[in-house]
Amino acid sequence: MKNPYLPYPVRIQEIITETEDRNLKTFKLVFLNPKDEEAFSYIPGQFAELSVAGQGEVPIGIASSPTEKGFIMFTVNRVGKVTTHLHNMKPGDVMGVRGPLGNWYPWEEMKGKNVVIIGGGFAFTTLRSSIVWMLDPAHRGDYGDITVVYGARNPGMLLYKDELVAWEKRDDITMHLTVDGTDDPDWKYNVGFVPAITQEKAPSSENAYAIVCGPPIMIKFTLPVLADLGFPPERIITSLEMRMKCGIGMCGRCNIGTEYVCKDGPVFTMEKLGRLPNEY
Amino acid sequence: MLKIFVSKDNLPRLVDRLMADNQVLGPVREGEAYRFRALKEARDLDLNFQNTRLSPKDLMHPQTDPLFAYSLRKDDPEAGILKELPRQTAQRVVLGIRPCDAKAFQLVDVNFVTDTYRDPWWEARRNATVLVGLGCTQPCSTCFCTAVGTGPFDSSALDVLMTEVEGGYLLAAVTEKGEALLQDAPEAQSATGEMAEAAEKIALEAAKKVAKPFVIDPLKDKPQTELFGAEFWEEVQFACINCGTCTYLCPTCWCFDIQDEVQGDRGVRLRLWDACMFPLFTLHGSGHNPRSQKLQRVRQRFMHKFKYYVDKYGDGPACVGCGRCVQYCPVNIDIRRVVAMMSASCVCPT
Repeated sequence: MKNPYLPYPVRIQEIITETEDRNLKTFKLVFLNPKDEEAFSYIPGQFAELSVAGQGEVPIGIASSPTEKGFIMFTVNRVGKVTTHLHNMKPGDVMGVRGPLGNWYPWEEMKGKNVVIIGGGFAFTTLRSSIVWMLDPAHRGDYGDITVVYGARNPGMLLYKDELVAWEKRDDITMHLTVDGTDDPDWKYNVGFVPAITQEKAPSSENAYAIVCGPPIMIKFTLPVLADLGFPPERIITSLEMRMKCGIGMCGRCNIGTEYVCKDGPVFTMEKLGRLPNEY
Repeated sequence: MLKIFVSKDNLPRLVDRLMADNQVLGPVREGEAYRFRALKEARDLDLNFQNTRLSPKDLMHPQTDPLFAYSLRKDDPEAGILKELPRQTAQRVVLGIRPCDAKAFQLVDVNFVTDTYRDPWWEARRNATVLVGLGCTQPCSTCFCTAVGTGPFDSSALDVLMTEVEGGYLLAAVTEKGEALLQDAPEAQSATGEMAEAAEKIALEAAKKVAKPFVIDPLKDKPQTELFGAEFWEEVQFACINCGTCTYLCPTCWCFDIQDEVQGDRGVRLRLWDACMFPLFTLHGSGHNPRSQKLQRVRQRFMHKFKYYVDKYGDGPACVGCGRCVQYCPVNIDIRRVVAMMSASCVCPT
């Protein structure tokens, strides 16, 4: 068995500054050894540990989709030691990736169902992976209607803007983009918080699953809206963050009661979370 | 399985012979306390101890464990690529480990060796080690091993069980590894039926001396959220100063941190003991901390050992009743009392 602590060496191919505050950058990474790319076989919803020798590791959701070959992609918010160092790295630099880690959104269970995706701020990374994956011709037929509500503080804080515009134009996905507020006269989408826009657009809960990722405050106010729309807790799915080190359920810090977020999560249904201590 | 008798006079000769082919570790007196150390010579071994102050968990899970090394030299084509450091392969024999401490290794195995991932360092050290346990004839007043499913002569996590009998030690093989170790021992004689009987009697007497301050069965059926929300945690946490002594002494506390350390243009990635008692353990990059309060951290430690572990693995609890945390807690938090409170809260008042 491979040493689960040993990162695959990767090279930074491209760095894209995503947001106007320049605090979020997307890193496109290419495996140094082609065999490692094969071994790094992932499913939307999973994460990986980004490793920088001399700095440490950070757990980050995988933003690329398994249908995109030749690279993997991560969008990183600059908050601490490793992420600050990462933000100062350049294309061509070598770093490491360890994973894929954790569980994923329940793609098998959701087959034949409508999928409502609700995202806020920079928690849109694994949701981007999910959307790209579902829209791929190989998978699109497996799912019914796809509805997306995605919001950020203002237009400059939305991730993956070019793709959002492209999805907006498609007829096999319904996009509801929103911002908390803006003075941009060209903004032609919604203005309002994610819970309010979700309520307004009222995606049907019939035969549907909702995947909700965002800041805790957004999740807190979106859950009652989804409940009103008729989504039962076992069909509301979220992905949690925790401080992590090992990423494989051994170092002991990311537990919520009996469950390790790194290994038993990060994806949980609200039904499952309801049976765990409220400590996250 | 094979049982042999070694007289006290002959024990050093047996140890000498084992040292020829193995690294041999045993309790060694250092100042006031005992500690497991690699023996330099047979006479360093001192079996007149009750237990070591630090548990022997560092034999499998060192407090500081270098995992990888790397170069950061600009012109090095391998710069920034982590290389595995060599793992434990030399065979080791641990002499005189207490049955409770050996049991702790077994309880921690389920964390480090799973269907999905295997920790290569833990596994290498476990596989390279033969455990020769020494039964406790004189348990301490703080021992409660029998209350948590082990005991002073529990051989279930040992390769060989040693019992001090008249004039020497009876060594009974428990596993194939143990049997191989005891074979062809010219220093020993085969144990008589009388010796075996005497050893059994000693074991029974010892078990009777261990106090049973609580029962754990009621804990199984109560949902984790209810125990989590119990009021007594306020009282339990009151005196705690979050020093982490309990977690560092505990043979079943395995939590760790991973850090990079750089000197010049070379670096290592280390594994270091960490503890749920420290706020930094769970602090997010964003500043959010799910266990920012002392109560949350204290509760985590007891809940992990006596509820989460038990529910998750259908085994445990993750405590062997060695009593170290009871002896060394600077504010006298007594795990026996805490578990008794947890347990009592699960029984309906009649």
